[in-house]
Amino acid sequence: MIEIFGIPLQAFLGQLLLGLVNGSFYAMLSLGLAVIFGLLGIVNFAHGALYMMGAYVAWLSLEKLGLNYWVALVASPVVVGALGVVIERLFLKRLYKLDPLYGLLLTFGLALIAEGVFRDQFGVSGQQYPVPELLQGATNLGFMVLPNYRAWVVFACLSICIGTWFLIEKTSLGATLRASTENPALVQAFGINVPLMVTMTYAGGAGLAALAGVLAAPVIQITPLMGSNLIIVVFAVVVIGGMGSIMGSILTGVILGLLEGLTKVFYPEASSIVVFVIMVLVLMIRPAGLFGKEK
Amino acid sequence: MSSAVSSSVTASRQGQVLWLVVLAFLLIAPVIGLYPVFLMNALCFAIFACAFNLLLGYTGLLSFGHAAFMGSAAYITGWLVRSANWSPEAGVLAGTLFAGGLGLLVGLVAIRRQGIYFAMVTLAMAQMIYFICLQVPFTGGEDGLQGVPRGKLLGFIALDNDTAMYFLVLAIFVAVFLGVMRIVHSPYGQVLKAIRENEPRAVSLGYDVDRYKLLAFVLSTTIAGLAGSVKTLVLGFATLSDVHWSLSGEVVLMTLLGGMGTFAGPVVGAFTIIGLQNFLADRVGSWVTVIIGAIFVFCVIAFRKGIVGELLAWQQRRRTAQSH
Repeated sequence: MIEIFGIPLQAFLGQLLLGLVNGSFYAMLSLGLAVIFGLLGIVNFAHGALYMMGAYVAWLSLEKLGLNYWVALVASPVVVGALGVVIERLFLKRLYKLDPLYGLLLTFGLALIAEGVFRDQFGVSGQQYPVPELLQGATNLGFMVLPNYRAWVVFACLSICIGTWFLIEKTSLGATLRASTENPALVQAFGINVPLMVTMTYAGGAGLAALAGVLAAPVIQITPLMGSNLIIVVFAVVVIGGMGSIMGSILTGVILGLLEGLTKVFYPEASSIVVFVIMVLVLMIRPAGLFGKEK
Repeated sequence: MSSAVSSSVTASRQGQVLWLVVLAFLLIAPVIGLYPVFLMNALCFAIFACAFNLLLGYTGLLSFGHAAFMGSAAYITGWLVRSANWSPEAGVLAGTLFAGGLGLLVGLVAIRRQGIYFAMVTLAMAQMIYFICLQVPFTGGEDGLQGVPRGKLLGFIALDNDTAMYFLVLAIFVAVFLGVMRIVHSPYGQVLKAIRENEPRAVSLGYDVDRYKLLAFVLSTTIAGLAGSVKTLVLGFATLSDVHWSLSGEVVLMTLLGGMGTFAGPVVGAFTIIGLQNFLADRVGSWVTVIIGAIFVFCVIAFRKGIVGELLAWQQRRRTAQSH
């Protein structure tokens, strides 16, 4: 059997793949955070709760309505995105002129509400979501056995991330969006409905978080707390990467996921804190973050 | 002009009288039958919120990880008193100093970023401390540290007596309250407020802003540690919920609801939230989280001055109306 540093190759690659899966989720969530922060100036603490709701909507639509995974993949982001519209219209739009700290506090409150409601309805024990039939099983690549669903998650997340990057950096809609980030008053003067764009951006970010939730549903335990535990790590990812660059968020997410996977192989005790340790190191060396701009 | 001065003098006299009334009430509270453990717990959180307010209310720094300092001090004190047989005063001192030292380390990293990033960095570092507390053996992991004895203060005052313990906690609270007031009114406190109002301006005036902020952070975390250490003695245990991010959120809410940047605000906020949690705990189950979240949303949308802040603003309006 082939070994790397005394660890069987299969176990090593397995952990690395797990890290890549986690990294894909970090990438998707930090991407959404970055886009929302860019246009709304709000650090969306509720992002974790939206991710959690995405997973629950998928699970509920399977349990109660019998809708399969592929339907949920579309339906859940739409439902959660609609909730995002409500949140933005009802609460967030009152905060744009205030210190951004209020945005963090408000979305923290919203996250608590969502968590409490789901805990009351479904308890704290985890729910299982079956892997869709099409993606069950594993492929033997010769040097490792690749579970099909995990491969799909990485592929799907990264395609969505690249797609979002393309939308924002390379299309005219994205150009308008970026212009509104720089100078909303001027863009408004050109006859573009900036408030609508802001609402749709938040809804889009919420939808992305929900989509990540659906993709994650078959590989994790669905619990009301799954979002909060993840969002704090994603905050660290965002601090490491800096929220200025879309591609930066994606790369940082994936790299940190891989590093976390590597730590699980070599020193499992530290795997839950490795991202935070890296954050501290990055802050010491490059306070603005790897892809951030010094002000 | 002179009427404005005399009315502000009357106002500060009114304030002093109000404080004496509150203090008198706290002194007789256990005698008139209020449950002392509840009061002590609330006073500990009032100390915690005062510490937090020094940072958010007077320096403008939102730390989203303050539970880490309260909780780690709680563990240190609990372990020293229970397993190493330290006296309660030595245990509390050690826990408090530990939190201050930890605050220095976290502060050195966190002040490298401003505003919203500062909040995220402190939250992430507090989560790291949470995971460390979860894994190191002496904290007892998921079970926490149970059965911490209160011991004898200075070797002869038995703290097992709730009344004796209560007056100790009250004395510590009053000392912290006056201490925070003293810090804010000192020249150092004025510089902190200047940083809060306009950081670049403070820099251009030649202040070493980072050092001021770091000292404020260390002071705040030290006092937060004191609150945690005392709480461990009061309740006899330290658990993971003392270092959890939800507690960091609660102290933000206490300060916001009571009124940040006011002296009385955090105290009012702490008593309101602890009282509310106590009242709701057996009645509504997990809806407590929902209610806390809803208060958060309400405070941010429509009640940003907080209870004390609104009262002061109302008094101010009434006074200006009278002087015309």
